[in-house]
Amino acid sequence: MLIDHPLLGLRDSSEFIYVGDAKLLNRPNWNSKNSKTKFIDYGYLRKNPAGVHKELWYHEQGDRSWLVVTRNTVTHEILKVELARYLKRKANAK
Amino acid sequence: MRNSSHPITNKQKVSFTFNGKKYFGYKGDTLASALIANNVKIVGRSFKYHRPRGIFSAGSEEPNALVALGDGPYKEPNTKATNVELFDGLKGSSQNFLGSIDFDLMAINDLLKNFIGAGFYYKTFMWPRRFWEKLYEPIIRRAAGLGKLSLKADPSQYDKGYLHCDFLIIGSGISGLMSALLLAETGSEVLIVEEDFIFGGRLNSERLGINGKQSSIWISRAVKKLKSLKNVRILNRTTVFAAFDHGIFAAIEKKTDHILEKNSKPRQINWKIYTKHCILASGAIERSIAFPQNDRPGIMLAGSVRTYANRFGAHYGQKIAIYTNNDDGWKTADDLKNMGLEIKAVIDTRKEIEAPSSSISSYLGQTITKTYGRKGIKAIKLSSGLKLNVDCLAVSGGWSSNIHLTCHKRGKPVWDNIYKNFLSGDNAQKDNIIPVGAARGIFEIQNIISDTNRVILSLIKTIGLSMPDRITLISSKEQYSCSLDLVSSSNPSNSFIDLQNDVTQKDIELSFKEGFKSVEHLKRYSTLGMATDQGKTSNILGLASMAKLKGMNISEVGTTIFRPPYVPVAISAFAARSRGKDFRPTRLTPSHNVASKRNAVFVETGNWLRAQWFPEKGETFWRQSVDREVIQTRNSVGICDVTTLGKIDIQGKDCSEFLNFVYTNAFAKLPINRVRYGLMLREDGVAYDDGTTARLGENHFIMTTTTANAALVLRNLEFVRQCLLPNLDVHLISTTDSWAQYAVAGPNSRRLLQKIVDKPKDITNQNFPFMACCELTICGGIMARLFRISFSGELAYEIAVPTQYGNSLFDALLSEGEEFNAVPYGTEALGVMRIEKGHVAGNEINGQTSAQNLGLSRMISKKADSIGNILSEREGFNGSNIATLSGFKPVQHSQKLEAGSHLISLGKTPTMENDEGWLSSVAFSPTLGHYIGLGFIESGHTRVGEKVYAVNLLQNKTTEVEIVSPHFVDPEGIKQRG
Amino acid sequence: MKYSGIKVLWEGLRGNMGWKPLWRNPDPKKSYDIIIVGGGGHGLATAYYLAEEFKITNIAVVEKGWLGSGNIGRNTTIIRSNYLLPQNQPFYEFSLKLWENLEQELNYNSMVSQRGVLNIFHSDSQRDAFVRRGNAMLMSGADASLLGVNDLKKMVPFLDFQNSRFPIKGGLWQPRGGTVRHDAVAWGYAKEADSRGVDIIENCEATNFLVKNGRCYGVETTKGVIKSKKVGVCVAGSSSQVMGKIGINLPIESHVLQAFVSEGLKPVIPGVITFGAGHFYVSQSNKGGLVFGGDIDGYNSYAQRGNLPVIEDVCEGGVALMPMIGRARLLRAWGGVMDMSMDGSPIIDKTNIKNLYFNGGWCYGGFKATPASGFCYAHLLATGTSHNDAKDFLFNRFEKGRLIDEKGQGNQPNLH
Repeated sequence: MLIDHPLLGLRDSSEFIYVGDAKLLNRPNWNSKNSKTKFIDYGYLRKNPAGVHKELWYHEQGDRSWLVVTRNTVTHEILKVELARYLKRKANAK
Repeated sequence: MRNSSHPITNKQKVSFTFNGKKYFGYKGDTLASALIANNVKIVGRSFKYHRPRGIFSAGSEEPNALVALGDGPYKEPNTKATNVELFDGLKGSSQNFLGSIDFDLMAINDLLKNFIGAGFYYKTFMWPRRFWEKLYEPIIRRAAGLGKLSLKADPSQYDKGYLHCDFLIIGSGISGLMSALLLAETGSEVLIVEEDFIFGGRLNSERLGINGKQSSIWISRAVKKLKSLKNVRILNRTTVFAAFDHGIFAAIEKKTDHILEKNSKPRQINWKIYTKHCILASGAIERSIAFPQNDRPGIMLAGSVRTYANRFGAHYGQKIAIYTNNDDGWKTADDLKNMGLEIKAVIDTRKEIEAPSSSISSYLGQTITKTYGRKGIKAIKLSSGLKLNVDCLAVSGGWSSNIHLTCHKRGKPVWDNIYKNFLSGDNAQKDNIIPVGAARGIFEIQNIISDTNRVILSLIKTIGLSMPDRITLISSKEQYSCSLDLVSSSNPSNSFIDLQNDVTQKDIELSFKEGFKSVEHLKRYSTLGMATDQGKTSNILGLASMAKLKGMNISEVGTTIFRPPYVPVAISAFAARSRGKDFRPTRLTPSHNVASKRNAVFVETGNWLRAQWFPEKGETFWRQSVDREVIQTRNSVGICDVTTLGKIDIQGKDCSEFLNFVYTNAFAKLPINRVRYGLMLREDGVAYDDGTTARLGENHFIMTTTTANAALVLRNLEFVRQCLLPNLDVHLISTTDSWAQYAVAGPNSRRLLQKIVDKPKDITNQNFPFMACCELTICGGIMARLFRISFSGELAYEIAVPTQYGNSLFDALLSEGEEFNAVPYGTEALGVMRIEKGHVAGNEINGQTSAQNLGLSRMISKKADSIGNILSEREGFNGSNIATLSGFKPVQHSQKLEAGSHLISLGKTPTMENDEGWLSSVAFSPTLGHYIGLGFIESGHTRVGEKVYAVNLLQNKTTEVEIVSPHFVDPEGIKQRG
Repeated sequence: MKYSGIKVLWEGLRGNMGWKPLWRNPDPKKSYDIIIVGGGGHGLATAYYLAEEFKITNIAVVEKGWLGSGNIGRNTTIIRSNYLLPQNQPFYEFSLKLWENLEQELNYNSMVSQRGVLNIFHSDSQRDAFVRRGNAMLMSGADASLLGVNDLKKMVPFLDFQNSRFPIKGGLWQPRGGTVRHDAVAWGYAKEADSRGVDIIENCEATNFLVKNGRCYGVETTKGVIKSKKVGVCVAGSSSQVMGKIGINLPIESHVLQAFVSEGLKPVIPGVITFGAGHFYVSQSNKGGLVFGGDIDGYNSYAQRGNLPVIEDVCEGGVALMPMIGRARLLRAWGGVMDMSMDGSPIIDKTNIKNLYFNGGWCYGGFKATPASGFCYAHLLATGTSHNDAKDFLFNRFEKGRLIDEKGQGNQPNLH
């Protein structure tokens, strides 16, 4: 596979480490109500869609960026690649 | 036989041997064409019934002519003779026989055919139970298999290469060359890949004219032009064998397989091709027809008979018959007749057609019901009862587009009812694999020319490249139509569908009868299409046969899909240079040279090579060296290279907040020039790494990780930095390779270091206490960092210098340390001392143990959030009976302990229910004079003094051990603070 | 139909005219006692053991494709019980014992071949871990032995003892491990379940569950509504898709695992061999092909195919461990979709919907588990309680923190 890194262009997927569902960006607040239940959901439960999936890839053999890749898990087609830190900062700003 | 007027006879003569006999051929031959020219008919034996088989095709679809090439470690089994370029000195031999190829004792199987048809083995060999592995299976295993491996390491070299292009064109037949010429005009980067050693594809097999001349003239002009263009690269002897995601293709180039003297050049290159578009000009593959005894040597595909005649001037015998269900078979008749051979008959299954040639005796609407000649065809019998004597029978069941590669991403082929052929499905287009020519189901040359123009020009237009002129070619006219008469109506048990796996029409019928009707069941039950040719010539026959049984059309029966690779590829070619010592890179520590000079024994730690111990004269057993290193260190001073521990430089305003979050314990209040031990959990609450982090400035920390987890910790820190807390001002970089770092341990360590530390730096206990750190200079101005930390439990330091000074510093420490009897120590002594001290390492932090198991639960700060904090509160982590880290010593001091022993209460039997824990690390403690161990046992902290069994059933040893504190040496930590 | 050598002879003599389909091709009835969703190895085994052990025969197995089209039809056929953890080891040993009698029980030769499983180790700490594991195996009644380099030189002389990057230091050997002809397992279970009255309905996709007041009472399928007292889902590879229809998120990701076979060769590899310093394991089939594989591709996928980096990684491991296979050719690559669970271990449990049961999360260890998985799932479906050897394979272990993490990799499915 080829991943269109927002800063570096097309890179072979073998340069990356895959970590999974981009829901990992949304870590629960530790002292919120039911935080344990939320952490169990965060840590363990996955939608695991057959189709469009937002997921985290880490450019370990590269610039060490964490990327949010929107990819179809049936066709492997990649629809979008974003820098996780920009997305997260944007979300934090809201 | 060879047509003596064929141009190949003007080429260089080469000699080769086959089954030990010497033959001659010409440069430009394949092994198959040379064998045909020499009238060698039996080339191999079939998989199951050991029937004699000859050459069937002229390409990589070959099911029969599998031979072993070369000898010794170079031996290459299962090689298709049809793909082997002949060279002087080639050695080939037949395989899969017992006795000789002409008299194969295993041919007895052929007589048992009725009893050993499809799936017979599922129904028998079950009694008595023990006999399967002992008797039946070994017999089956010995009988099965094809060629033999040499059992020697593959001596050849293989390389990997990367190619990037805009257009990859697979195949250099007329549509491939036209596509290349058109696309080259647009200025795009074009790569043309041809499997054969000559360009031109099927044109080389035909007597077709282009622009009024022999097609070879047009081919060589086209190739010459393409070779002259800077934006075009053209590779022969290269097979694209797999298609992957996003325009990545894999190809194998044979570099020296066609040369006897390899001159240490690589045998093959495994190319990874990155392309924007792929033009599939892979042509078509002819299929066979099922009829009784259709597998005899001398029965060949009609198109291949034509290839051997036209391209190589080679043919079997003088009397040839053609059996066809389509127009193409007649072309073979024409061409052979033109060569002066006798065409005994063309038998066409179709009744209603008009015989294209009146000068050839033709039998329309007839089938072949029998053939004669076990070791080479002698005669055929027609449905009319007529018997004809022949030397060769050319069979054509029509052509199948070669769409193998379009299936690799699970593209489902679709049936074309006009040409009776599967075409690539829609999703091939989406993936940018664009078939042209025969691969697109166009079989007449004049249409191939116009269609290729149309397809490629419209592609260029869609992409928006500059439009070239269409290519005008005047060609002969061809006509092709095909019927689906593929199935025999008599003697199904001798009508072969899949020649290599000996699947007959009877096997298809049996599968149907037993309910294996879906195409996948049929394949798996009968083994149809599962041989080394993946059923390239036979799958359609199987489907036609099943369709007939089901009363359906082929399109309703469905099809299995081809899987990568297109042709089998040597496993070595995928590994290329990553084998032997180069399987993975080797990382050397900065002290490697000094350690080597001191005869260190090295050990692999991940990719690192570390000194394990340093044997001295007279030491013959590793324990002697290790015990000495420990004692010398504990008595005076020892030096150990600990560079391999991960080092991460952390800077920025928000470092301390960041560290508070990634470690379970707090770092914010760590003073400058102090070090703290930290524990890291995964988010699931399980411990995964530990180490010390030093604060060099308000906004500057140096973290150390374990050797094994250096990359993982950095990854996780980057995750926190970018994905969880991206608003923090924190910057990370790995400095593992930038700093050489040595542990200097033992009561004399301070005195040794004082000798090299530049004045006026004071490292006395008062001014540089336990867990202090600083930046300083040593040896007269060398930048260094000093940490007062101790893994051994001794008064100890770790000193770091830029890597380029590492080797010298190690040397300097040893020479300056001579007065103290300083000793270099390796990973073994390091391990012994950390066990004596009760420090945990990889055997304890193994990804399955929590802070609670490790006895470190108080390190989880509840004042602030940290990774893993919440999930470590779950009940499974916190029961009173969880296993906790404990020390163990044998009750009989002379007894040895073994890591991996399980712990059982005295008086209990060693079963899973009674299992209470395990020994994780053991060592002989030279300090204490007996074995000691670290381990985990249920409620261990409350059981100190209790005796239990350490059970090692695997080595048949049970040892009574006492549960003790894990800190065997200096539990109060007086030495390290001294 | 009863199979035997005599029967094969008799049929051979009369032209093989008397063979019958292994299973019927029934239309679904209106209702059943139990519907199993998924006609793969585990589903068919469940139906068989329900009928054989628990005497429940009014069962339908609904399969969206052809019988055995899931991972029972695309794996590397290895059976073994060389597990470490007490929650796993007895279960896999139970499975191995069922394998040992399977052919006689099903009257179908699935070629259970106990030629042994050998795990090579390359360092002292690997050895320690294998000793611990070997002891766990022996303590649960399985077999294991520790082999030194000299043993290995006799047993598998073709390993690279001289020039390997990571030296071979020994191996953990389970003689009772081995391989099985995978498709035949599905066919054997289907044949015997069918003969006990189980309806196996192919090309019948369960499109939704019928649920009322928190109770499941059947499934909607492409062949109409079928009611039942209980529904057991058993669709590893598609677990999230099927359970997602009623809004259940699972602790599972779907990943592709590739496997490879070489051209047929005369016997060279005695049993199953795994490499401890890279991703490679190999056995040799009775047809002569080297069947080998390594690690999963590592990204979520339902594509049933993989990519090049893993093929290269596996072949590198192969040539590093046994350079004599270098000139053998890779013939075919294929991919299966794995239910990669969050701790690497399976789930056989009730769901929060009454009468709806779940079996999945097998990672890439599902094949060897087939008989015990079927047996234990049948136990759960029939009695409502977990079988003793599968009592820890529960959903709530994640909530309770009682993880069964054989590899110690945590909630990172692609590392299990």
